[in-house]
This record gives sequence, structure tokens and C-alpha cells, in this order.
Amino acid sequence: MTRVTEQTLETDKMVLNFGPQHPATHGTLRIIMELEGETVTKATPEIGYLHSGFEKLGEDLDFNQYITITDRMNYLSPLCNNVAYALAAEKLIGIEVSKRTEYIRVLMCELSRIADHLLNVGMLAVDLGAMTAFLYGFKLREDIYDLFEIATGTRLTTSYTLVGGLMRDIPEGYDKAVLKVLDEVDEVANDIETLLNKNRIWQDRTKNIGIISKDDAISYGISGPMARATGIEWDIRVNEPYSRYDEFDFDVAIALNGDVFDRYLVRMEEIRQSIKICRQSLSKMPAGDVIVDPGLGYSLPPKDEVYNSIEGLIYHFEVTMPNRGMVPPVGEAYVPTESPNGELGFYIVSDGNRTPYRVRTRPPSLINYSIFSKLIEGHMLSDAPAILGSINIIAGELDR
Amino acid sequence: MPTETILSKIKERLPDAVLDITEFAGEHILHVKGQDILKVLTELKDDGFHFLADLTAIDNLTLGGFERFAVSYHLLSHKTTERATVKAYISEEKPSLPSVESLWKTADWQEREVFDLYGIKFEGHPNLIRIMNPDDYDGYPLRKDYPRLGRKERGDFPVIDRPIQKKKRQE
Repeated sequence: MTRVTEQTLETDKMVLNFGPQHPATHGTLRIIMELEGETVTKATPEIGYLHSGFEKLGEDLDFNQYITITDRMNYLSPLCNNVAYALAAEKLIGIEVSKRTEYIRVLMCELSRIADHLLNVGMLAVDLGAMTAFLYGFKLREDIYDLFEIATGTRLTTSYTLVGGLMRDIPEGYDKAVLKVLDEVDEVANDIETLLNKNRIWQDRTKNIGIISKDDAISYGISGPMARATGIEWDIRVNEPYSRYDEFDFDVAIALNGDVFDRYLVRMEEIRQSIKICRQSLSKMPAGDVIVDPGLGYSLPPKDEVYNSIEGLIYHFEVTMPNRGMVPPVGEAYVPTESPNGELGFYIVSDGNRTPYRVRTRPPSLINYSIFSKLIEGHMLSDAPAILGSINIIAGELDR
Repeated sequence: MPTETILSKIKERLPDAVLDITEFAGEHILHVKGQDILKVLTELKDDGFHFLADLTAIDNLTLGGFERFAVSYHLLSHKTTERATVKAYISEEKPSLPSVESLWKTADWQEREVFDLYGIKFEGHPNLIRIMNPDDYDGYPLRKDYPRLGRKERGDFPVIDRPIQKKKRQE
């Protein structure tokens, strides 16, 4: 009997088109992969399918109007984008917001982080065939979105912040609703970890897959949970605290191997730390106003004043009409924040007009994704969803 | 070492390259000539700014500045948690400057994005092609002289008269 040697089984190189519409890409992105058998030898990502010119649009919208555009960037945690943009605008203009505003912003950011991480872990799991974890996470994410709806009026397009404060205060009894959901998050996080951590299939599919080294992470500009999974101790909330994050007591989750499994572990730990921050924020919530001195001409007056008094209405028009209100200084400001994906920065250049001269978003999705072709090389085709899922690409933010 | 000292030392070492050092809202900005950007950033990288956080461009058409385009680099040092901004100025006639892809791999995609949206060329970039817009796209959308509406794009999509509409019009 003759044995089949490797030489007789030699195959041609195959080019596979992955996306732009593929269930595992969770958005519109395309990867052209060259396969040798089932091993990926080269991958070329093609992006831009969702390019919508947000940055160009920002040059025509004033500081408060652009906040509605930031919702549409990372649509899984829109509140983080709102806060990041408001912070950049406030730094440029030189407004200091009230303590209550900052605490509510922290609360909302951390709730968004929980929702984003839960969805990311769930999506990663469902792509690798673990349906249950996904359903647990998705149900809870819906509960968190209900909290957003109570506070902001909508689930996804929140537009909650204004330059100088918040659109409105959180309603009475909000803390009870949040605490109830947080308890559930605790339980579900435990459930997901029980389901996955020691699961043989999960470990086989995620351990030693897509390893990023520390040096690569720095060279490729990787930030957020992906960087922390490689052992870089860098969290903007701790190292360059904004919005009074220095008044909260929490730990930075890091892992050492930099593979898909570690990124998952970091995200799960961050969910726990976020719960801690949310609880502290609620228990220490200071009283006060959520809009700083509206005389500056940046913040809109409260809605009930606008609808019920002539002065409020006039003031509203003064702020919203062109050539009135808002005279920012000439200059520029870059504010980095820790979004669930990594360093989300807004870079605003102002020429002293009502609308910014240039609005740049530092998109963590785009920069984290640029390492993908290096990660997938030499892996099997079935590892592509695992690596893609662990990067957590949001197409709206990727292409803007 | 605080950022100001590092930047002023760069100015001492490379007096020809540095145009100015300014400060706004607590941020230190080093203004340099476009052709010297690789030299300046290599020095800064050795001085501890080992992380390129962001790379973007600004069209100074109505803003004013040393030249028409400014490419701005946001650097970060994980050790000292300091940030610095470097702005490299290039002229309208020859919008090109050296690529920093050899220092940071992250510059690869970000320089492609700047090339795509501003038409600024990066010398020595391994794969300088459009990233957001299609390859055959004409124009550089983020330039200030590129309008938000109009100029050609509308003409690229021919108006198709559907049979129903035709009928209505005839009536």
C-alpha cells in the first residue's frame, strides 16, 4: 500500500473574500485572505464601506450639534463618545463643569462600558459557537439600555451631554434602578465566566490565538483592553484622570499573554471594576446643578424654561442662531478618554467661530484593527472570527 | 523631564527644523518644518515619547499658519504620562513629507487616511493608497476648498426615470 505523501496533496493558493457582508464581521468590513489549505498566509483588510464624512460634517455643526453625530460613531457605547467630545470642547473653551455632572458622566460611561464589554464577549462567544453566554449578555445589555432610556430618552442615540453639562438630570429613584441592574450584572458575569473560563472548546479556540507582544502593541498604537491584555499597565482613567476618575477606587485589569483569551479575561474583569465604580458614583453622588452657568452662550437652557417662559425661549434662540453666542478662543485641544475599545480622543481646532475649524476623532477601532493582518497570518481560517471578535471593531467608528 | 524642557532641548539641537513652540490649554505644541519631521520624531522617540497616539492633518486655508497644511502628531509617554503635539507644516505646491512608518507601524493606516482625505503624500510609505474612499475617487474631501455638497459627485449618479413617474408626468 502506498502512503499518500504531502507532495501529492499540494494545493494551489486560494483567495477568499471575507465580507463586506458577513455575519462574523458585525459591520461592513472586507478582508481579502490568501489561503494555503485552511491556513491564512496573507490578509488584506479593506475598510471604508461605512465612511460617512463625520469629520467634514463637524466643520459645519456647532459644538452642541456635533454631539448627535458622536452617537453614531461607536454605537455600542454612545455615551462614552458624548462625554469624550464634551470634554474636548470644554477643554478648548475653558469651562469647568459641576461635580454632579462629572459623577453622572462617570456613571453613564461605566454603564456603557459594561454594556459594550458584555456584548463584545457575547458576540465573540456566539461566533465561536457558544450561544448561551451571548444570550445572557444580550438580555442584560437590554436592561442597561433601558437605564439609558430612562435617563436620556433613547436607547442608542443618546446625545446626553452638552458643552458645559448634561441635557438633563437623572430622574428620582434612578439609583435604585441602576443598583438592581448592577446586581444582575454581577450574577451574569459570574455565569458567563462559569460557562466559558474552563470550557475546553473555548480555551482551544481562544488560547494562543492572535498573540500581540508588548512591543507590537506600542508600535501599532494599540490601546484599551487589547493593550492591557499584553501587560501594558496603561489606563487613561488612572494615569491621566478626567471627570474626577481619581476620586474613585478601582483596579486596572491586566493580563500577560496578549491572546484572545486574555483579552476576554481583561474585559470580564473590567466589567467587575465598572460595577464598583458605578456603585461608588451612586453612593457619593453630590447634589447640585448639571448645567454650568448658561450665560456663556454654549449650553442650552433647561427645556421646561424654553417651553414655559418667554425669556427661556429667547435665550434658546440666542444660543442656537448663527452669529450669536459661542465665541470659543482660537486654539486647539486634544482630549484622550478611556472608551471601552481604547483611547478615544477628540482633537478640536478652533478659529474663533461658532463651528469648530477641524474635528478629529482618534478612533480606537481603526488603530486597533490595523494589526489584524499581522495577527491572522499563519492562523487557520476559523480563527479569523475569534481575532476579529476580540478586537471589537465598530464599523461606525472605524470609517466615520 | 517635563514636556517643555524636552521640546526646548529639541529646539536647541535642531534649530533649523523648529519653527516655534506654543502652549494652549496646557498642551505644548512643537511647530516644525515638514521635511524634518522624521528627524524630530526620532529624537522625541528617544526622549521617551514612545507612543504615537494620533496622526492627523489640518488644512490651514483660512486659519493661518506657517504653511497651507499641517500634519499633527500626538505623542504620549507611558512612563511620565506626558503628552506632546508636533505640527509639521508643508506647502500647497508640494504637499509631501517623510513617512514615520519606520518609527511606528500605526502610522501606516493613519498616513493612508491623511493621504486619502487631504492628498498629502508621505515619502517612503510602503503602501500609500486610499483607505476610506474608492481608489478611483477624485478629490480630497477634508480640504477646505472641497465643498460639503456638490462639485461633481451629483453628476456621477445619473437620474433614472422610472416608468411610473414618466406616466405621471405625461398625465
